[in-house]
Amino acid sequence: MAWLAKSFNSSLGKKLLMAITGLFLISFLIVHCGLNATIFLNDGGVAFNEGAEFMAHNPIIRTMEIVLFGGLLLHIFDGLRLWLDNKKKRPVAYAVIDGAANSKWYSRSMGLLGTLLLLFLIMHLKHFWYFSRLTNDLTESHTLYNEMQVVFQSPIVVIVYVLGCISLGYHLLHGFQSAFQTLGWNHPKYTPTIKAIGAIYSIVIAALFAAMPVAFYFNLIQ
Amino acid sequence: MEGHLNLTLKIWRQKNASVAGKFETYQVSGISTDMSFLEMIDVLNNRLIEEGDDPVAFDHDCREGICGMCSMYINGRPHGPNRGVTTCQLHMRSFQDGETITVEPWRASAFPVIKDLVVNRSAFDRIIAAGGFVSVNTGNAQDANNLPIPKEDADDAFAAAACIGCGACVAACKNASAMLFTSAKISQLALLPQGKVEAAKRAEAMVAQMDEEGFGACSNTGACEAECPKGISLENIARMNREYFSATFSSK
Ligand code: HEM
Ligand code: SF4
Ligand code: FES
Repeated sequence: MAWLAKSFNSSLGKKLLMAITGLFLISFLIVHCGLNATIFLNDGGVAFNEGAEFMAHNPIIRTMEIVLFGGLLLHIFDGLRLWLDNKKKRPVAYAVIDGAANSKWYSRSMGLLGTLLLLFLIMHLKHFWYFSRLTNDLTESHTLYNEMQVVFQSPIVVIVYVLGCISLGYHLLHGFQSAFQTLGWNHPKYTPTIKAIGAIYSIVIAALFAAMPVAFYFNLIQ
Repeated sequence: MEGHLNLTLKIWRQKNASVAGKFETYQVSGISTDMSFLEMIDVLNNRLIEEGDDPVAFDHDCREGICGMCSMYINGRPHGPNRGVTTCQLHMRSFQDGETITVEPWRASAFPVIKDLVVNRSAFDRIIAAGGFVSVNTGNAQDANNLPIPKEDADDAFAAAACIGCGACVAACKNASAMLFTSAKISQLALLPQGKVEAAKRAEAMVAQMDEEGFGACSNTGACEAECPKGISLENIARMNREYFSATFSSK
């Protein structure tokens, strides 16, 4: 298996791992966002709590939760490794750089956007994952939905969540189509469609997630 | 003067690889808008020589956009403000009278500065050499039509072979990555039947050499493709990824 390790330790292999784990996280976000969007039914969290309850007890989901953490850690570890590696390749910086002339700022800022996401994720996991999995505070009378109502009373928290979602949107705007290029899937028949789906996905996911804390804060949902 | 420019040049001066360099500022006047950027530096160098100063060292050879020597990072972009050209094809009409122009060498740990604006791009030669040989039949030359090649493949191979090894892709990339160059060299052979025989070994060896030389990984920003004077496409990088990973699983 040394040949496989060698391949994944090459510059191309490190990127392949980024793409595979990134696409896996993208698929997770669809489920996460879809379930959470049920709060907009404005049914006092009935549908959302049912979903959350199901997720908390289904053995397949619980197993996937471990795989998810593994994938996220791999993505973060590999992303930081690439970021640090790549920085070393230009020891003397240019005095003048006109980056906007040849590429999008967010494509050049994946490491920064990822780090912002990581900081956001630590706070986000503390708010909800820690609360629901590692404390005994989750009860019939204080559901995950109620906890959201509590957490999103703070304007600071709401602002940080919105900024986190903006970082996510830009990270994905580049990341989605980039992952397909890394997988070698660049073809005149498919690439325009992949780019369009990537843009729609990134904007919809980021906007829906950002709308959640905002809606709670302004009492748009009860 | 109509059609003539007065310019301030900030040029990177560095005696050799082992001493630190710095920017020097020069004024040039009466520069014709019809001159190429290299001719403008020639004018400056003539004056420096007359004044007994060391002329600015820069690489050049063909001065018609085919050799890939004229590496200069001008106002924040490889080969200056225009797309699809090398520095020798860049004309002074692309600049404004009174403008300050900053000129730097390619910056990459794999391209060490030799002097002033001249960098050592022999890392590219070693990547090509790592690709090895292409098997050919000996004996009588066979009829050319014995090897049918789809027109699209021939076109793509030819487009990849247009790479002149100038290094603008590395210079433009925030990671100093040589993926566009290496993928063009892998593609020009991988697309043709003659190159298929050693394709897997070639992809592995060239990527290994590219990493060994100290070029960065790809972030798919597309800066290389935008700055490449020969319009080498990102499709080549995707093809290299396919070639490399299929080689990972199939090579012996
Ligand atoms: C839910 C969260 C995340 C998702 C869905 C996601 C998704 C992606 C995708 C699809 C890519 C593109 C892969 C490619 O270009 O082949 C990517 C790249 C990247 N991600 Fe993430 N990511 C997430 C979180 C993070 C975090 C927390 C970090 C923390 C450091 C991070 C760092 C990076 C970096 C540095 C890259 C670019 C690597 C490169 O091109 O050199 N990501 N991400
Ligand atoms: S790919 Fe383009 S930019 Fe890079 S070395 Fe070849 S010709 Fe120059
Ligand atoms: S001098 Fe040959 S390409 Fe510019």
